[in-house]
Amino acid sequence: MIDHGADRLRRLFETVRSEDRAALLPFLTAGIPDIRSSASMFEAMAAAGADGFEIGIPYADPLMDGPVIAEAAERALAGGMTVERAFEITERVTASTGRPVLLMTYTNPVMHYGADEFAKDAAAAGAAGLIIADLPVEEAAPFLAATRDAGIGMALFAAPTTTDTRLVSITRAEPSFVYAVATLGVTGERKESSGALEALAARIRAVSDVPIVAGVGISTPQQAGAAATVADGVIVGSALVRRALEAGSADLAAAALGSAVRDLRGAMERGR
Amino acid sequence: MTNPDEKGRFGEYGGRYAPETLMPALEELEEAFTVAWNDRDFRSELAELLSTYVGRPTPVFHARRLSQSLGFDLWLKREDLAHTGAHKINNTMGQALLAKRMGKPRVIAETGAGQHGVATATACALLGLDCVVYMGEKDIERQALNVYRMHLLGAEVIPVSSGAGTLKDAVSEAMRDWVGSVGDTHYIIGSVVGPHPFPWMVREFQRVIGDEMHHQLHGRAEPDVVVACVGGGSNSIGAFATYLDDDVELVGVEAGGYGLATGKHGASLIEGTPGVIHGSFTYLLQDDEGQVLEAHSISAGLDYPGVGPEHAAYRDSGAVRYDSVTDDEAVEALHLLSRTEGIIPALESAHAIAWVVREAPSLIGKNVAVVLSGRGDKDVMQIAALDD
Repeated sequence: MIDHGADRLRRLFETVRSEDRAALLPFLTAGIPDIRSSASMFEAMAAAGADGFEIGIPYADPLMDGPVIAEAAERALAGGMTVERAFEITERVTASTGRPVLLMTYTNPVMHYGADEFAKDAAAAGAAGLIIADLPVEEAAPFLAATRDAGIGMALFAAPTTTDTRLVSITRAEPSFVYAVATLGVTGERKESSGALEALAARIRAVSDVPIVAGVGISTPQQAGAAATVADGVIVGSALVRRALEAGSADLAAAALGSAVRDLRGAMERGR
Repeated sequence: MTNPDEKGRFGEYGGRYAPETLMPALEELEEAFTVAWNDRDFRSELAELLSTYVGRPTPVFHARRLSQSLGFDLWLKREDLAHTGAHKINNTMGQALLAKRMGKPRVIAETGAGQHGVATATACALLGLDCVVYMGEKDIERQALNVYRMHLLGAEVIPVSSGAGTLKDAVSEAMRDWVGSVGDTHYIIGSVVGPHPFPWMVREFQRVIGDEMHHQLHGRAEPDVVVACVGGGSNSIGAFATYLDDDVELVGVEAGGYGLATGKHGASLIEGTPGVIHGSFTYLLQDDEGQVLEAHSISAGLDYPGVGPEHAAYRDSGAVRYDSVTDDEAVEALHLLSRTEGIIPALESAHAIAWVVREAPSLIGKNVAVVLSGRGDKDVMQIAALDD
């Protein structure tokens, strides 16, 4: 029997819901700190308690990303990162950790690859789902169809600015989960939580039972713990990417990521 | 002329590839513009400002000496004579009025050559709006005069160091600002690019160029050919919009940079392929991985790897002919127009002049109207440096 990525994603959300907790889904750009050691970063985070991953396929004009993830994308591309190599890293991480991998990128690299081809090759590499940061529900149909045909999941976004009318069209399009933007703004670390997530999550729950994964502006264990009380999954990106960029070596980066993920996971368990 | 469909598409081009955070603001903007554009009070307030403040209508000038030497009648639509020195003000007056009407006290903009930044800062000063302009570091260097003008007008200029530090990077940075500030901020995009409704709205604000030309030349010298430069493509679409259904040849001139064969140019329509840039499905310069390539042009205003989606539709349908001229040809045309007619054109506009000069043999005996989109004061130091 073929184990589809979409099924593994569904099982992850079922599991965390039955355990009354949220999944910790760390984000890191593929090719950071370098192509060779990229997969081992995710393996270190798996050992520290990550439930799955968001692997960023770098894009040079990331409209939804702040300076940290933008710099990571620039560095990864300069180091020779490609879509194909991101699939190779996905394949290894999926095989060695057994945890679902979500691929995150922007519309143009996927469109240029071809949405159907992209979804097929992502599925073949073992990916569980796809997240496209600049793709609203109005333009998502071909990508939703491509991922469905390939047996992988796909996210749609909801933001604090999203109207209730839009929430209905977003959830009706049947994404695998809704990526709830926790902060008004691009990705990046923030000292304070905006408080917008609680209201947004409640509005989504009012129209649908779809899993909610919170991200953007969640960087500290405390923020992750708070997000875990209202979401089914929590994405932490910039705080981890910064640690990986600042570490002097791949070993130090893996250690720093492992320790950060342990702290996040601890706070998320306490938060429940 | 076509209007975009309900999904904001001109044929297959356009649309709205924007982060969800911005989508409600884009919907709100579309609604606000649609209502305002059908509101007589809004239209007359804008018309009054265009006439008493911007100095419209701008004249159409018969360039007699150049006509004589080229062998056809050359008519120049003098957008360089509009307040602040370029067509950009047509759009910024409209959008700033709209921002005010929508109750947004803060305005952001991107700029390449600085003309759109100056035009935005000007409209904001006039209407009492806060103004922040994003500008690439490389452009800040080559357009120092306009940077200082923006300061004088009370705008804050934020340097953008990502990428090559040019127009593409400035647009991206302005969009990132907007993602975090969308509640109280309007983004005055400077060309017919970006997610719907921008390409349509900016065209509507710029079509005053073509509509005036039509009145000014009608019964006197009906144009056989209308020529304009194309970066994002707002002055050209503003002129073409009036003539699309007529028997007039329309020519858009892209930045050929060092020559198309070198790969260092800004000719997105001629050399690019379809994809998504800055929220819109259109032609762009991109590599095998779908990464946006850096454009090159001596003119900061044409140094952009994308182009408006309406142009993409006209490229495919053949409604407009797109061609390019090189940096060198544009500089030569700047000198020629300065010496022959006493008009120093912007380097952007010099591309359109260069095209009619180069193609003169095929234009003999015709009426050729060129949009002189801006004046060249901002480029004088850069041209002087070339002479050294």
